[in-house]
Amino acid sequence: MRHIISILLENEAGALSRVANLFSARGYNIESLTVAPTEDASLSRLTLVTQGTDEIIEQIVKQLNKLIDVVKLIDLTEGAYVERELMLVKVKASGEQRAEMHRLASIFRGRIVDVTDATYTIELTGTGDKLDGFINALETDNLLEVVRSGVTGIGRGQKALHV
Amino acid sequence: MELTGAEIIVRCLKEEGVEYVFGYPGGAVLHIYDALHVQQDIKHILVRHEQGAAHAADGYARASGRTGVVLVTSGPGVTNAVTGIATAYMDSIPMVVLSGQVPTKLIGNDAFQEVDSVGITRPCVKHNFLVKDVTNLAETIKKAFFIATTGRPGPVLIDIPKDVTAAKTEFVYPKKIKMRSYNPTVKGHAGQIRKAVDLLLSAQRPILYTGGGVILSEGSKELVELTRLLGYPITNTLMGLGAYPATDPQFVGMLGMHGTYEANMAMHHCDVLVAIGARFDDRVTGDLKKFCPEARIIHVDIDPSSISKNVRVDIPIVGSVPQVLSAMIKVLKEEKLEPNRKALSAWWRQIDEWRAIESLKYQHTDKIIKPQLVIEKLYEVTRGQAIITSDVGQHQMWAAQYYHFDRPRQWINSGGLGTMGFGLPAAMGAKFAFPDQDVVCVTGEGSIQMMLQELSTIKQYQTPVKIVNLNNRYLGMVRQWQEFFYQKRYSMSYMDALPDFVKLAEAYGHVGMLIDRPNDIEGALHEAFAMKDRTVFMDFITDPEENVYPMIPAGGGQNEMLLAGRDEMVSTHEEGMILV
Repeated sequence: MRHIISILLENEAGALSRVANLFSARGYNIESLTVAPTEDASLSRLTLVTQGTDEIIEQIVKQLNKLIDVVKLIDLTEGAYVERELMLVKVKASGEQRAEMHRLASIFRGRIVDVTDATYTIELTGTGDKLDGFINALETDNLLEVVRSGVTGIGRGQKALHV
Repeated sequence: MELTGAEIIVRCLKEEGVEYVFGYPGGAVLHIYDALHVQQDIKHILVRHEQGAAHAADGYARASGRTGVVLVTSGPGVTNAVTGIATAYMDSIPMVVLSGQVPTKLIGNDAFQEVDSVGITRPCVKHNFLVKDVTNLAETIKKAFFIATTGRPGPVLIDIPKDVTAAKTEFVYPKKIKMRSYNPTVKGHAGQIRKAVDLLLSAQRPILYTGGGVILSEGSKELVELTRLLGYPITNTLMGLGAYPATDPQFVGMLGMHGTYEANMAMHHCDVLVAIGARFDDRVTGDLKKFCPEARIIHVDIDPSSISKNVRVDIPIVGSVPQVLSAMIKVLKEEKLEPNRKALSAWWRQIDEWRAIESLKYQHTDKIIKPQLVIEKLYEVTRGQAIITSDVGQHQMWAAQYYHFDRPRQWINSGGLGTMGFGLPAAMGAKFAFPDQDVVCVTGEGSIQMMLQELSTIKQYQTPVKIVNLNNRYLGMVRQWQEFFYQKRYSMSYMDALPDFVKLAEAYGHVGMLIDRPNDIEGALHEAFAMKDRTVFMDFITDPEENVYPMIPAGGGQNEMLLAGRDEMVSTHEEGMILV
């Protein structure tokens, strides 16, 4: 099953590589990984998407907790949560395509953030599924470049992950 | 007063009560060596190879329970130490490694003797640090000792660039350290402990299975009390030997691949298993699908990630062994709870039947030295009191099987990583911790040659150890597997062109002895141990084709042991062939 693990990490040099190392050394997979500083300069927040049986996820959580730089973590998929990913897509947009691309972007609530005579760059936010849906709706020929941020997320309700 | 980084390091080590530092100098650590030179409190032991430094510090830590300290230079100093660090990591040994690094400005420039020490050691340390600012140095060292010694212990490396050792700052050593991200649980959950006691008492066929965690946490006293109170059989892992006295009738021997028949059969047939400070290692469990099929399992361990990693357990208890066991004892005593004595005596009758098989019996002969006999004689001559270290292979198993360890920290070996070369420097480290005790390195002609140079360190510091070399001219364990599983194709397992170990010992200033007749074993041992202040290298020429029995072949279950002279071992199944 797919799990989204959200981690508060000491903002120390090498902390990220400890997490990455753990996954490769123990043979766990990482589907996506995002990391950025938080409002507290001493902490980074890392969101990690992984797959595994319950036993594997239990080990992943325990092993992560064992890392000295990990302050706190939560498996978002254990409760209700909001998940988002940002995608920037550069597509061909000339002639008749231009209007079609514009329509498609609005259907997916995308925003056009850069324009040339021949291309649009579209910004899209949503769950991974929605972003996949947009890519699938495009004809491959029209697709010039895709960049995705990786998944980030937050738990629903009043509970918050903080130190 | 402001001190240099190098002076701060020395002061910190004093504050931590460090007696010995095992190390080797080099460019990046010259300031530190200079600071060590002008003081007397901390004694530096100059090894002959950095791997030896790490093993010696490790042996010192295992024997004494204190933290082993290592000091090496950048680049090859660190890479040479890596095997020693990994050895300590796999067996959870408290160790602090100080490594020199090129100056901060040169980091990343491929400077002379530069290596990414923090990166290279990351997978084999509990934690590591790169100190880039002298003002963080003292606190980092405090943290390193705190992390290395608490929770599940392990090695911590501090990488210190040369400019940091020269820079000056005010020295303040923090009295206490608190880390928001590191706070190991030591006290077991009361509800879980209660549940565990109930399950324990409901058992018809119980067994305690305990490991190195009992020794690391100084939990032996509580373990003995609980075991005697219950009257249950107990088995120890290779790492756990000595935590419960081997000569006690409740002890059924070591378990696992080369454990006793009774220990493995009792494990296989038990209905309640209490695992304490043990981690269900593959050498212990054999085939997981066949492991303890009827058992409900209680697992006490300080490391949550050890629990339910290989085997799902019914009652996990995270905590320090002595604390959890004393809580259990308290419940048992206060409520005057009693196990099922009737079921227990039937269970003991069954165990005694397994015991009667005498799985450690071997063929005696007066023609050739049987390696097992050497260990038995060693046990007699040292009255079971010596500290024994070993290398890795057949001799290690024989030492574990035939020397009966009655106290914790008496048996020192590389169980997790299985590092050949560990035994000699570890023996030296143990001798530093206990100069008045006999320390013996049981080894083989393969292993000893991996760290032979430390004979020189042993000479320099007058730390006499006794070396029992079981010389069968084979890499015995490799040969044994090739005999069983590769139709006797002895690929690269024969040791040709061996040195004359007697002369070699003498060349290093020690005493060498060659023993090739069974009748001479005892006399030679007496003679060697009478030389209190000399290192004696005893080269025993043993039966080249002796095998370690009993044995669970790779991929087998604990009830599928092969016994010496009774079972023909021909092959294992396909799945077993890919296991190590």
